[in-house]
Amino acid sequence: MRRTDAFVGLGLAVLAWAVLWSARAFPNVPGQKLGAAFLPMLVGAGLLLCGIALIARSLRGRAYADDAAAEAGREHFGSSLVVIGAVLAYIFLSERLGFLIVAPLCLMAGFLAFRIGWQRALLWALGGTGLVHFSFYKLLRVPLPWGVITPFY
Amino acid sequence: MDAVATAFGLVFQPYVLLVIALSAIYGLFVGAIPGLTATMATALLVPVTFFMPPVPAVAAIVTATAMAIFSGDIPSALLRMPGTPASAAYTDEAYLLTKKGQAETALGAGLVFSVLGGIFGVLVLIVAAPALAEIALKFSSFEYFWLVMLGFTCAIFIAGSDPLKGLVSLLLGLLISVVGLENPAGAPRYTFGNAEMMGGIPLIPLMIGMFAVSEILRFAVVVAKPEMATDRPFGNVFKGMGALLKKYPLQLFRGSVLGTAVGALPGAGADIAAWMSYAMSKRFSKEPQKFGTGHVEGIVESGAANNAALGGAWIPALVFGIPGDSITAIAIGVLYLKDMNPGPTLFVNNPQNIYAVFIVFILAQLLMLPFGWGAIKVAKQILRIPAALLMPLILLFCIVGSFAINNSLFGVVVMLAAGIVGFFMERWGFPVAPTILGVVLGTMLEEHFFSSLIKADGNFLAFFERPIAGTLGVLTLSVWLWPLARMLRRR
Repeated sequence: MRRTDAFVGLGLAVLAWAVLWSARAFPNVPGQKLGAAFLPMLVGAGLLLCGIALIARSLRGRAYADDAAAEAGREHFGSSLVVIGAVLAYIFLSERLGFLIVAPLCLMAGFLAFRIGWQRALLWALGGTGLVHFSFYKLLRVPLPWGVITPFY
Repeated sequence: MDAVATAFGLVFQPYVLLVIALSAIYGLFVGAIPGLTATMATALLVPVTFFMPPVPAVAAIVTATAMAIFSGDIPSALLRMPGTPASAAYTDEAYLLTKKGQAETALGAGLVFSVLGGIFGVLVLIVAAPALAEIALKFSSFEYFWLVMLGFTCAIFIAGSDPLKGLVSLLLGLLISVVGLENPAGAPRYTFGNAEMMGGIPLIPLMIGMFAVSEILRFAVVVAKPEMATDRPFGNVFKGMGALLKKYPLQLFRGSVLGTAVGALPGAGADIAAWMSYAMSKRFSKEPQKFGTGHVEGIVESGAANNAALGGAWIPALVFGIPGDSITAIAIGVLYLKDMNPGPTLFVNNPQNIYAVFIVFILAQLLMLPFGWGAIKVAKQILRIPAALLMPLILLFCIVGSFAINNSLFGVVVMLAAGIVGFFMERWGFPVAPTILGVVLGTMLEEHFFSSLIKADGNFLAFFERPIAGTLGVLTLSVWLWPLARMLRRR
């Protein structure tokens, strides 16, 4: 965690620099000395100071509680990547292929990543898609995309 | 009096009552499943409430959260896993009680004292909010500026154990709030030429990401199998509650007062109220040695506190538009969507809506007794549903819900990004609540700062010239300067 803090601090400092650099271009409120740049500048300066403080603190070696490290070793990062992948797949494919095709695939991926058996996963993926489609498309009238199956609709 | 009658009419309609009943079941279910939090329950509800009139929309949120905070106690007692973070403070205590064969006492105390604490919080809300609104009507931009600053200060210094990380969280929230066109100069900031970014980062997808998607990612990463502490059917959970009430009236009162107060402070909600109350209960107990061995006293006090916090959190949310916790931060978003913009004028222009919210609050607390009892009865069946089956479904709900707010995939992108950020923030010890506060209040801060500045004509002392503004300002500054002063005195 101490090392993580130093890296996070460094990341924050870089972010702060980007914020400060870009904020110079923002215009002032007419008739005032301050303007659109004021809050970004303030936030940038604050983040810069905090980043430096985090780095300094972790270099000085102040000890503090570390929950994440205690659980390390029992973790499965693979499944979380599947979750992220499923959302990305939805973002890029739903309009083209349609909700009724992409949603069950996303659900299947999730179930299998969480070690649910094939048959059960398939059943729940189809049922879950039906439930969400019914409640959002039919009841709440959210225009979920039809994609390639529009002709069949 | 007319408004009160109208309010009753608004609430006691078949549609609204059905919404309340369904949200109660939903809240109990979500709260009872470890890994699904009360805040997540709220975030997932928003896309659905989006399509309702104002009163049922708010009723759904109020009912679901109250139920979820209670039902978080159920898996605490049975699995040693808090169903919501608000139950974490006394999870060990409840579990040990169950192990001792007193599951009924653990669950019954959780239920009964949740209801009593909750009712206390609501009563304070009903009395305090209109009175505060009366005062707040006279507030100018100076007072609002300092209120927001005081809110930020509370979130940093009270809500987290590490003020430095709390400050970082807040600044990140402010940075997110800066995106878009809505600023005093009307200039596009960090929009990267994207038309959707011009409107700013949409709040609801952001919340769904931070509170729901991040939990799903966390669930994906850690796989642990909990064990049920008892397998026998439960007896009467209300047995012995009268005796507990007689034995611990002071604890109930203390927990309710502290809970309401902590709830009303911005950034700190039910979970912090429960931790503080549990510590306080142990400190003032006549038998502190019994704490941590399966002793019900701490459950009485902190169980009341976390439900009282819910009502407390709505005080600043309704009166000033400053959320008292993450749940009300989401609720404020809903209020804006429903043209019930929070603020003192809400009490003047639409008192019937406010009274309706109050009625729903009381109704939700009273319903908790029968519904909570039912939830305890079927708890073991609920807890047998594997979370692995629920999480992908919840993810799909998150995706469709984020899409539904503006019917745009941009919401889903925001949700995913917020989920990943939220996951790492939690992992690296950065509290999420100050970020949410920053996002919700960033625009308000900037607006009030600039209108104050224009009124003051560049004179910064004007920020302290009005009595209430001055008091709030001095209070805020002294919280910041206090640690510094202490450090200097030690030298």
